[in-house]
Amino acid sequence: MDSYALLIAATLNAGTILALAALGLLINEKAGVVNLGAEGIMLCAALAGFVTVVHTGSDWLGFAAGMAAGALMAAVLGVLVIWLNTNQYAAGLALSLFGGGFSAFAGIKYVQEKLPERPHFSIPVLGDIPVLGPALFRQHPLVYVAIALAVFLVWFLWRSRLGLVLRSVGESPESAHALGYRVRWIRFAAVVAGGSLCGLAGAYLIVVYTPLWVEGMVAGRGWIALALTTFATWRPARVLLGAYLFGGVTMLQFHLQGVGVEVATQFLAMLPYIATIAVLALISRNPAWIRANMPASLGRPFYPGS
Amino acid sequence: MIRLEVRPETSRFWSIGSPVLALLLTVLIGVVLFTALGKDPVRALQVFFWEPVKSGYAIGELAVKATPLLLIALGLAVCFRSNVWNIGAEGQFIVGAIVAGGVALLAGKDTGRWIVVAILLAGVVGGMAWASVTAALRDRFNANEILVSLMLVYVAEQLLYYLVVGPWKDPGGYNFPQTRSFEAVTQIPRLFTGSRVSIGLLLALAGAAALWVFLFRTRAGFAQQVGGLAPAAARYAGFSSRRALWLALLVSGGAAGLAGALEVAGPIGQLTPYVPAGYGFAAIIVAFVGRLHPVGMVLSAILMSVFYIGGELAQSRLGLPKSLTGVFQGLLLFTLLACDTLIAYRVRFGRAA
Repeated sequence: MDSYALLIAATLNAGTILALAALGLLINEKAGVVNLGAEGIMLCAALAGFVTVVHTGSDWLGFAAGMAAGALMAAVLGVLVIWLNTNQYAAGLALSLFGGGFSAFAGIKYVQEKLPERPHFSIPVLGDIPVLGPALFRQHPLVYVAIALAVFLVWFLWRSRLGLVLRSVGESPESAHALGYRVRWIRFAAVVAGGSLCGLAGAYLIVVYTPLWVEGMVAGRGWIALALTTFATWRPARVLLGAYLFGGVTMLQFHLQGVGVEVATQFLAMLPYIATIAVLALISRNPAWIRANMPASLGRPFYPGS
Repeated sequence: MIRLEVRPETSRFWSIGSPVLALLLTVLIGVVLFTALGKDPVRALQVFFWEPVKSGYAIGELAVKATPLLLIALGLAVCFRSNVWNIGAEGQFIVGAIVAGGVALLAGKDTGRWIVVAILLAGVVGGMAWASVTAALRDRFNANEILVSLMLVYVAEQLLYYLVVGPWKDPGGYNFPQTRSFEAVTQIPRLFTGSRVSIGLLLALAGAAALWVFLFRTRAGFAQQVGGLAPAAARYAGFSSRRALWLALLVSGGAAGLAGALEVAGPIGQLTPYVPAGYGFAAIIVAFVGRLHPVGMVLSAILMSVFYIGGELAQSRLGLPKSLTGVFQGLLLFTLLACDTLIAYRVRFGRAA
């Protein structure tokens, strides 16, 4: 029983990385911009977070550094795709390739360096409930922040005025422009906000999840987060659910190893990626379903006055 | 205030000038980077850009690295021109290498030279098979090919790792994760003595020529590209988008697989976890910097190869990390995309009239 509580706790922990990044990407995409640079952003943000924590000892400064790095990289992408009308796929890819190279380059001094043991968080009283306590209430505060963020986004996107403007920019930038909204600046703000959340996800990954810098340590989570927005058909609550599902798949491999299932570890390590492919295929099968929720101008540049 | 103004016609000057300007900007940023690292920038640039081309041997090494990059980029150009975003060439390269390596392991002391042909074909088949997973899922389920092909890279890496620590592990390899070294007969024939350049280079150049003929001189090549530029027009003309998807992925998968076969049966000579060297990702940059044009890609493959060798030299001579290569590659693609704006737009200073 207790091992299941720990499995749930670990699932939430692993899922939070994906949830933070995917919610960020959702904001981007709702404004009509695809960010294929997520993987590179997360890598650089993880490094920025790691270096900051090593030198200052403060986790929170580490998270801030990750967010700043993410925002900065996303801003570069934003200028390219929003003002210079660069192909969004190509520019995002460039960001991922650059981020991979740059983080490997800049992080070489920190390879295999470890962060000291972190204190465990626990919510008073709730954390002491048997089974439920260890499963749900002894998590890092950011786990709850991710949940709150999803709730906030549901309210923001569908209940607030600014959210309506953001969605209209993603659906029909022409109309939003005609109504007098500054489409490019709104898109830029969404890209930077999304990038900073990807950055937070990267920093969370290294500060809380695996406190050890290894080249390429994000290991495709940025891409999985991108896939998550499609699985979730651009709904924040479903993003959260999908993230935990994938966190669970990641944890399952360790659990199966732990209970001595006779499968080569490499096949277990493939699980999250194969699961991504399978779910992506299942969800995409119904074009009506995807198209009903996808921001109509996703991936399309907008030129005012053309 | 800086504004962009749409040009009445795209600029021919800047379509050639933009890659040159992008390279200059990349070098400039490189100078800043080297200075920031406390290295003499002149010396660093010399190591990075001059040493890789200064001797016959160096140029041979350049060709060794440029071969897989060019082969993979040629296939990717077919994809990108038909608006199929195959980002998983790295995975197709790995599986090509695995299947080719499997055939190479079958060779014994008295196997004939025909085995080389079998190895190369095996690589092509392996790469095609891996790419066809992406094609099938896109075709049948409309699954996004960017994400599927990318996820398959991670799966391919694990598959390779499984084989070299598991069933194909060299029993006499002191527990290293690797297969035994392939028999000498499996070695891809070399062009010159004293250089590692193999017939792979000829295959890649022939591929570039074939791509040129296909894209610009055949109806099939035309049909392939119309779907990418104007899907509605392609439908109206009766060009099948499914056919274009499959063709693009099979060609690029086959090319990447061939590159994988040439690597394992050439310079590497066995399967190890270090077979994936990022060529599949670097080839994306080669394809874009080469403007998806066969001649352009030959040049950009050579350039990217300079980056690879320059990175290795920077490591041994200047004590800089080898990953500097990745930084320069990423920077080049970035600056190129930014400079490409000049092809379709004119920069104007001052307020709008």
